[in-house]
Amino acid sequence: MSSSIIRPYGDTTGDGMVQVSFTLPIPHDKKAEGAALQLARKMGLEPAMLVHAKSMGEGFTFFVVYGSSTHLVNLDDVHVTEREYPLLSAKDVNLAIKKTLRRKLVVVGACIGTDAHTVGIDAILNIKGFAGEKGLEYYREITVVNLGAQVLVPELVEQARAEKADAVLVSQVVTQKDAHIHNTTQMSAAFREAYPAGTVPVLIAGGPRFEDGSEAALGVDRIFGRGTTPGEVASYLVHEMTTRKGMHP
Amino acid sequence: MSTTTPATLELDPAVVRRARSLARRAAAPVVKIAKSHTTVSVERATLRLAGLSGADHERVPWVNHLVDAVRREVGLEHGVTTPVYDALRRGEAPDLITLAQKAASGNVAFRLPTGREAVAARRAAARGVGVGLRTIDASRRTRERLVKRLGDPKTTPWIYLIVATGDIYEDIPQAQAAARAGADVIAVIRSTGQSLLDYVPEGATREGFAGTYATQENFRLMRAALDDVSKELGRYVRLTNYASGLCMPEIAALAGMERLDMMLNDSMYGILFRDINPVRTFVDQRFSRQVHARAGIIINTGEDNYLTTADAVEAAHTVTVSQLLNERFAKEAGLRDWQLGLGHAFEINPDLPDSFRMELAHAMLARRLFPNAPLKWMPPTKHMTGDVFRGYLLDGFFNLVGAMTGQSILLVGMMTEAVVTPFLSDRDLALQNVRYVMSAASGLTEDFHPPRDGFIQTRARQVLSEAVDLLERIVNDTASGTGHTAGAPLLSAIGDGTFGLMKRPAHKGKGLDGVAERAADYDNPAITALDAGVAVPAGRTGRP
Repeated sequence: MSSSIIRPYGDTTGDGMVQVSFTLPIPHDKKAEGAALQLARKMGLEPAMLVHAKSMGEGFTFFVVYGSSTHLVNLDDVHVTEREYPLLSAKDVNLAIKKTLRRKLVVVGACIGTDAHTVGIDAILNIKGFAGEKGLEYYREITVVNLGAQVLVPELVEQARAEKADAVLVSQVVTQKDAHIHNTTQMSAAFREAYPAGTVPVLIAGGPRFEDGSEAALGVDRIFGRGTTPGEVASYLVHEMTTRKGMHP
Repeated sequence: MSTTTPATLELDPAVVRRARSLARRAAAPVVKIAKSHTTVSVERATLRLAGLSGADHERVPWVNHLVDAVRREVGLEHGVTTPVYDALRRGEAPDLITLAQKAASGNVAFRLPTGREAVAARRAAARGVGVGLRTIDASRRTRERLVKRLGDPKTTPWIYLIVATGDIYEDIPQAQAAARAGADVIAVIRSTGQSLLDYVPEGATREGFAGTYATQENFRLMRAALDDVSKELGRYVRLTNYASGLCMPEIAALAGMERLDMMLNDSMYGILFRDINPVRTFVDQRFSRQVHARAGIIINTGEDNYLTTADAVEAAHTVTVSQLLNERFAKEAGLRDWQLGLGHAFEINPDLPDSFRMELAHAMLARRLFPNAPLKWMPPTKHMTGDVFRGYLLDGFFNLVGAMTGQSILLVGMMTEAVVTPFLSDRDLALQNVRYVMSAASGLTEDFHPPRDGFIQTRARQVLSEAVDLLERIVNDTASGTGHTAGAPLLSAIGDGTFGLMKRPAHKGKGLDGVAERAADYDNPAITALDAGVAVPAGRTGRP
């Protein structure tokens, strides 16, 4: 068998075992359990084992189901964005900025719209950092301007121009009613309007719920998701600045 | 209370006294500033107490129109009620709402009356505002009556659950379901961004982001729904909202009148985490706390926030400092111990060795420092990674600290924190977790005594002494600048970035343009009545 075809692994190769939990909007009885098993089969679990069923509130039942998934995954058909740039140490980032820009790289960051969750932007920008890595403020060759939460887009554009930003980072955590998408597209459109073509700063959106590969739709250069470390962002910035320098000598 | 006295830490009483006296010294100049200024929101809150509500067709509240008009013509510094009631006495309009409508279209001339006319206007204003204060008193009596009839939760801690759909008509059945599932306190999270609105939205709302707008009508609808479920369950289910942001005083007034039971109200949260001007915040806060004191509302402070931005071990003492300052500002505004839901949280990185022991030490420290306050214990958020199984375990340990240290209000942790808005099942599983730990281990408050000079005692003393050091640095911050900060070292400390690493100078931040220094003839009948602390019923309405 080709090694590019895989199934989930429980305790034996090829057993396909998975575990799911869900709630159905019906009271707990034999019929409810039958309904849960039918759903599990339709989800591709065959055979499915109902291991737990419990009434939750009036008219709801919670289930835990184990079963063997009938689906196969062909790794050759899996396409993801791989990081196309090398991960650099803080020292190498500083060195590269010095060499290519011959000045400090200016990064302006903000939570835009009504979003008040600065956890993400702070993890990347604050010297405190994230996951044991120091934030961008720690980099000698990077000037960080963190505008904080609930910054209006026009204010962000104005600040970016005033600071002569090379890159703009916006963080979007709140996703209710697709607020993160609306805010980000509004932001990128505002920058394109305010800057002559080809001079727009590197636009970066960060947040846990952006879809992989949706950069073009959002009008930004790069999206960073959950678990991104400051080092990855810094390395990307160096990569992007070098590429741009190459294109506009 | 069913629990016995929590285990002792053997803190040095002299150090505890020193901490409190430093907090008093840090707060005093700020209180002076709060007493010598007013804000647009304090004035609007006063008009709301006088019965002015509603908004124009563009949803701009009439209180905003009226305060803006008076400010344009005679300024804010005398208080708006004197010119407003003078205009009514002169027959400019038959009532406040008509006056506001005419003022909105520029058809009223306001003036500052003098002599007998001033006295008469002030007297009329005091009568008008007195109606709202009496409504607050009546709401408090209603709560006391309902608590007496239906009863408080049988056990502590009180179980605090959050509802946040954005739509008040979705929130209501969810809140009722949560109460039936065991919640003692329902918190309706506000829409993101409401803290920065300089007006209170009007009416029942169905559109919010990550929360539901705080409006008078939403308050009324939810309280009525919880009254129904309270009767059904035979225990009084409490309602919580947020008196924070630019409209803190107005929301406090509405909460008092609509019988909310707890309000989030932190002394420095808006400054540090919402970049609201420090002077605006302290002026607004004093008024809102006076209203809460009168309304018998329990405030909840937001010390958990320090730990989500800073490291929970390194910054442990900033929680203690904030608790001490919150206590001081609250007491000054007339709140009693039973109304101080001082916050603290389980946010230490679980990968650190002894993280649980440190959590225990910190939680016990708060419990011992504030033995008569209904402490609010808040669950992990920062180290909830999306691994819901690990998160469920972490929440179990959080509950265990709550049980072992006799916490009063327990915000239920969700294993799906930072993943999705909680599913129905997440909430049920979370409550099962709480119930299991409480029934299995809450008796440990009796057995668990940390050994003398052991890890827990030592850690607690260390945090307290770091807190005292920080308070000393604040009190001696002589970089104290000009203008608003002059003579208020706490304000310059906030400006220097002493708290949460954020620098918030006193002359910057949102809402500064809504602040005015009081003139010598400033009059605000609400503040006069609240300062006098009139006829507040002596009895408390129960505490966890």
